[in-house]
Amino acid sequence: MVPFRLPPLRSLLAPLIGLTLFLAVWQGVASQIDTSLGKFPGPIETWQQFTNLIEEYQQEKVREQKFYEQQRIRNEKKLQENPNAKIVWREYRGMPTYLDKIQRSLITVASGFLLGSLIAIPVGLLIGISKTAYSAINPIIQVLKPISPLAWLPLVTIVISAVYESESPLFDKAYLTSMFVVMLCSLWPTIINTAAGVGSVTRDMQNVSRVLRLSPLTHLRKIVLPCTIPSMFTGLRISLGIAWMVLIAAEMLAQNPGLGKFVWDEFQNGSSQSLARIMVAVVTIGIIGFLLDRLMLLAQRWVSWDKTATLR
Amino acid sequence: MKRGAAVAATLFGLSAGLVRTPAQASAKLGEPEKADLKFGFIKLTDMAPLAIAKELGYFEEEGLYVELEAQANWKVLLDRVIDGQLDGAHMLAGQPIAATIGYGTQADIITPISLDLNGNGITVSNAVWEMMKPSIPKENGKPKHPIGAEYLKPVVEQYRKAGKLFKMGMVFPVSTHNYELRYWLAAGGLHPGYYAPQRGDTAGTIQAQVHLSVTPPPQMPATLEAGTIDGYCVGEPWNQQAVMRGIGVAVITDYEIWKNNPEKVFGVRREFAEKFPNTTIRIVRALIRAQYWLDQENNKNRPEAVKILSRPYYVGADYDVIANSMTGFFEYERGDRRAAHDFNVFFRYNAPYPYYSDAIWYLTQMRRWGQIPEQRPDDWYFETAKKVYRPDLYKAAAESLIAEGIMNESDFPEEVWKSDGFRPVQRGFIDGIPYDGRFPNRYIDSLPIGLKGNEKA
Repeated sequence: MVPFRLPPLRSLLAPLIGLTLFLAVWQGVASQIDTSLGKFPGPIETWQQFTNLIEEYQQEKVREQKFYEQQRIRNEKKLQENPNAKIVWREYRGMPTYLDKIQRSLITVASGFLLGSLIAIPVGLLIGISKTAYSAINPIIQVLKPISPLAWLPLVTIVISAVYESESPLFDKAYLTSMFVVMLCSLWPTIINTAAGVGSVTRDMQNVSRVLRLSPLTHLRKIVLPCTIPSMFTGLRISLGIAWMVLIAAEMLAQNPGLGKFVWDEFQNGSSQSLARIMVAVVTIGIIGFLLDRLMLLAQRWVSWDKTATLR
Repeated sequence: MKRGAAVAATLFGLSAGLVRTPAQASAKLGEPEKADLKFGFIKLTDMAPLAIAKELGYFEEEGLYVELEAQANWKVLLDRVIDGQLDGAHMLAGQPIAATIGYGTQADIITPISLDLNGNGITVSNAVWEMMKPSIPKENGKPKHPIGAEYLKPVVEQYRKAGKLFKMGMVFPVSTHNYELRYWLAAGGLHPGYYAPQRGDTAGTIQAQVHLSVTPPPQMPATLEAGTIDGYCVGEPWNQQAVMRGIGVAVITDYEIWKNNPEKVFGVRREFAEKFPNTTIRIVRALIRAQYWLDQENNKNRPEAVKILSRPYYVGADYDVIANSMTGFFEYERGDRRAAHDFNVFFRYNAPYPYYSDAIWYLTQMRRWGQIPEQRPDDWYFETAKKVYRPDLYKAAAESLIAEGIMNESDFPEEVWKSDGFRPVQRGFIDGIPYDGRFPNRYIDSLPIGLKGNEKA
């Protein structure tokens, strides 16, 4: 095992310089842009709004506690008046705070992406193995691939409203709409890359399989899948990136209370703090997107047999 | 029996039922059938009753656990009420009416309570204002209000000569704002255009001298600034926002177009009200208390209300912007700040009472501009209004508040108990044409520009 070593100073210094320069340029440019909502927010205003949002989160927690406290008192009183009274314990339904919204976005994107992958990987394998299936499905994929989430959204919204009817819905429709839009937009790279991965199985490998007379299932398991995985994960990584980008637009329109709705609501607020708050969301979206990508990269490294390959 | 007579009989039968003193109030109101509720709203100051009922705990005191959620625009809000994602919402008065008659999306939505009177304004861009200003008469060195659309006419004419369209924004095809803007333009001799849904034309620009289009309220200032529209009619704080940011000038408030005109309403699906009667009455009770609080003792609670509304998850605009109109002032032009005590009325003048005649006024305007493509008998207007507006529910809520000692009978105007659902003849219009809800067709024919009799666009 490689012993842990401090990274050399230079490799730390370079990103630091880059970041400092970026913040300086941001601050400089921001102070030059005059909008009808005041100056464009620089890093300092953005940071202030970030702390404000955290503060709002803490205030909301206090309100939540107060709510439970009052509920307890009310219920006790009710029981005193009538020992047989039916008591229902209620969950607090406050305003979703910034952190709740981040959570909501993550859940939505994760479920959309997982559902998409569950469809995309088998389809990718299928069209990779069978030439006929490929020529049948490929044109459809090529046509569906470039469709913007904004075009899917009205259709998905209306279909879900019509199809998903239940007395006490497990999921709310705004969530389902955003999730399906994310799924529809993000499955294509996985399909294409998985198919390409199957195509990369060399003739030698195929011959080995034939000589050993592997059953189709074992052939898939022992030969095709291992060869396909690196490429499949490249596809998954691109898909997740797209899913995250699409999510924000989907949430704006579907009113799913995540980061997308946050940006939209702040745009509508038009207060003197709105731009800085939107900036906080922009930075958050960027950082989370980056982290998600790193996560996929780690996964990709983990499953790839060639540990020395450089992945960016 | 003739149909007209039957309708008249039911109307009067109902009004006989309405004339009941609170002393006769029925048995104690039961627990709500549905306690967890989600209401939608649009970021406008007139959503205040909802925010106040929640923040002051009025909903909770009714055993209702309410979540309030801002919606992207009126269409999204209506669709989400119809498909049940929202239990109810802050709505444009025209929305439940239009949904019931099937203009746009067909759905049965009722209005058990109105939320406010007045509260809108018309703003034009700085450039348009500069062109209007010279011809407007002065009073004490300031422009004399109300400013009629006749002063806009020369500007529109100049646009026409230059081959440009004069475009204005409103918030929704069946919004109060659309009808107010149209009323103002028509009163000043400008044609705002007809709708012709029978031919699939829902743009509303047939024969138009001023082209109206839909823009969601919060985007009005930005759209005006971008030059996509030359003016707009919208609720607060979006007029004051434009004035304070130096984007435009407010020329008139809707109070000056029609004194104490009915504005937003609270809408729920009819099926919801039938299935959850106690819940519905309890929602109305909480809203009545909130509206009472908002107007209490000459608006003394307004600053506190503004503080609540300026939170980012309600209206979210800056305190100063919201405070202007909510605390009884309106700034037409930068520095031209005038008292407007009744700019937003939530409880005074029997504001929460859902009058049939208010619904009928909106129907007459729908007919006037062609959204209702053909002539309808007066009875049709009465029947439709009765389907949508439910003063019986409002009264039941008010009575139970009194019966339980939460409010006093003296808190309510006598009209609540006496009214047959029709306001007395309204004479507060900018062009002086009186409106009597009992004669819808006669009223339609008395308006200068617009479809009359059996005309079609």
